[in-house]
Amino acid sequence: MSFPWAKEYAPTNGVTKFLDEKLPLPRLVYNAVGAGYPVPRNLSYFWNFGVLAGFFLVVQIVTGVVLAMHYAANAQVAFATTEHIMRDVNWGWMMRYAHANGASFFFIVIYLHIFRGLFYSSYKAPREMIWLLGVVIFLLMMATAFMGYVLPWGQMSFWGAKVITGLFGAIPVVGEPIQVWLLGGFAPDNAALNRFFSLHFLLPFVIAGVVILHIWALHIPGSSNPTGVEVKSESDTLPFHPYYTAKDGFGLGIALLLFFTMVFFLPNALGHPDNYIEANPLSTPAHIVPEWYFWPFYAILRAFTVDFLFFPAKLLGVIAMFGSILVWFILPWLDKSPVRNGNYRPMFLKFFWFGLIPAMVVLFICGGAPAEEPYVMLSQIATAYYFLHFLVILPIVGQIEKSEPLPYSITEAVLGSDKKAVLGENTTPAV
Amino acid sequence: MTKLLSIRLVAILVGLGFALIALYSFVLGAYAWMTEEPAGHLPYEEPRDIAFSFDGPFGKWDIQQLQRGFKVYDEVCAACHSLKFVAFRDLEQLGYDEGQVKAFAASKQVPGIDPNTGEATTRPGLPTDYFPDPYPNNVAAAAANNNAIPPDLSLMTKARGDGVNYVASLLSGYSEPTAELLAEHPEAAPGPGLYHNPYFPNLNLAMAPPLTTTGQVTYDDGTEATVEQMSTDVAAFLAWTAEPTMVQRKQTGWPVLIFLLFATVLAYLSKQQIWAAAKPKKD
Repeated sequence: MSFPWAKEYAPTNGVTKFLDEKLPLPRLVYNAVGAGYPVPRNLSYFWNFGVLAGFFLVVQIVTGVVLAMHYAANAQVAFATTEHIMRDVNWGWMMRYAHANGASFFFIVIYLHIFRGLFYSSYKAPREMIWLLGVVIFLLMMATAFMGYVLPWGQMSFWGAKVITGLFGAIPVVGEPIQVWLLGGFAPDNAALNRFFSLHFLLPFVIAGVVILHIWALHIPGSSNPTGVEVKSESDTLPFHPYYTAKDGFGLGIALLLFFTMVFFLPNALGHPDNYIEANPLSTPAHIVPEWYFWPFYAILRAFTVDFLFFPAKLLGVIAMFGSILVWFILPWLDKSPVRNGNYRPMFLKFFWFGLIPAMVVLFICGGAPAEEPYVMLSQIATAYYFLHFLVILPIVGQIEKSEPLPYSITEAVLGSDKKAVLGENTTPAV
Repeated sequence: MTKLLSIRLVAILVGLGFALIALYSFVLGAYAWMTEEPAGHLPYEEPRDIAFSFDGPFGKWDIQQLQRGFKVYDEVCAACHSLKFVAFRDLEQLGYDEGQVKAFAASKQVPGIDPNTGEATTRPGLPTDYFPDPYPNNVAAAAANNNAIPPDLSLMTKARGDGVNYVASLLSGYSEPTAELLAEHPEAAPGPGLYHNPYFPNLNLAMAPPLTTTGQVTYDDGTEATVEQMSTDVAAFLAWTAEPTMVQRKQTGWPVLIFLLFATVLAYLSKQQIWAAAKPKKD
């Protein structure tokens, strides 16, 4: 689907005409990310992160495939082959640092992408499917990143794998058999390392597949925009190419500058020193912490410290940790406010900036800190707010809030006036 | 509509449930925190900040220093610590020529096989061999060192927070525990076979002070081998063993960033030019 004023692909020479007739791939690209895709003219740089996420997925796949050529998934030699890549493989150190920091940058742009979605309510109708697929991509990314971190077989690899697979042990009755089945043994060892490598290689391609669905679903209603008012006429849009290819190109330049600054000058800043110690099942690190991008969820896991009724604390933590992401799946049906942009929603705005964002910051800090006071208490308050925000506050605020008046159209928001609005065609704020 | 309303009602109940359990945990935790004596950490010191030639984005190795540090490793550390990811051939990067590397390798015995009987034996090293382990296995290493296995040093400076400063501080930081510390933390007194060191997280480590006297190692370049100097030099050498490609990495980074800066400026200018066509026109 597209808007009626979308430009149509017109092949100009014999080759493109032949292709268009037999396999219209150029037409597909033209309509997806070319001049044939009309996009709201008011997109800010917050709409850049989808393209950047796609870029970092490609970086991860390319560097990952090269690393896999030199890596051996065997508990006896995995740590040594990682060092072999760092020392003896030509430019191996660059591939590995790009892959390790590429994972961090993938998560940075995804978190900004999700932030955009939460603030501008991109999950609301008619874009629920895009949001749902996005949550699926995020879950797949977390699984992939977790298994990738195990592969160098350092101390944090081993103990991280032990802690995370141990979460399944919290399930009543069947938990321990499931844990043993997942690991292929009673503790992480060769069997676990091999299957993690296999899945770590497979899942990025699954992610790529879901990304295609995500973009497909995006092209049904078209892109959202900062006003939250839907596209009404041709003057509300610009063709994706050249306008947004140029704008995204500049954003990509900034992202690459930051990325390569990390790769070449601070390659280990986001990692943990303990992962340069070879895995040792007999020596537990003082503090087991996951990579930074898991910290908020790790804090939620550890916030549940006491048994409640017949639920042991560990099980509550596991349910809450998975639940904290699973609630995003019902978000489009929880927040029924018809207004999308948070700036037009005075009540939502207060809860967002003074509630959700501080809670996420506290959870992030507590997740990276040792499990001791005051971090545990802080994370308990932040966890309580996190669930209240999504499950209680959003549904109620959506019902009782009185929103600010919206602009008539994107054109009016950008150009100051819209002739159709002045003519009185439809002056009630449509959403 | 009623169906959606019920989804939200269920959500509100579930959300209140999670929040209440989290707050219940908080109240019990806060009560315990206020009533119980906190388990205090032993007060250890952060590593001293030492200036190294390879610090910062323009840093380069000080080859003389790496050679001095290598000598300290070879004459002192190597008695107990392996360096298993470093090969003799890598020493050419420290400014030694092929002949020197061959001679050094040949002076070390590495595990080998007797060509006549096939029995395990040792042979002089070749440049392609890796630094040999001083102990045949971990059991022997533990038995010889008061039950603590001396860790491999190849990656030591990356395997500790602020690793280069930590290694240098630790090696020159052995001291007697102060009376104040012992009064406050009686458990900090070194047990048998343990040595006090304020930079080690639990304050007592099994490694006897390895560098004790000035001139313990005779430097070829005439530098005075104080404990401080030897500690700094061997820390620099271990920074090299942990990441021999560090200087190459930093030197590759600059052209990449300069190119990207140029490309990003161009991207910005083309974006400005393209978007000029979409600027609001005055009616």
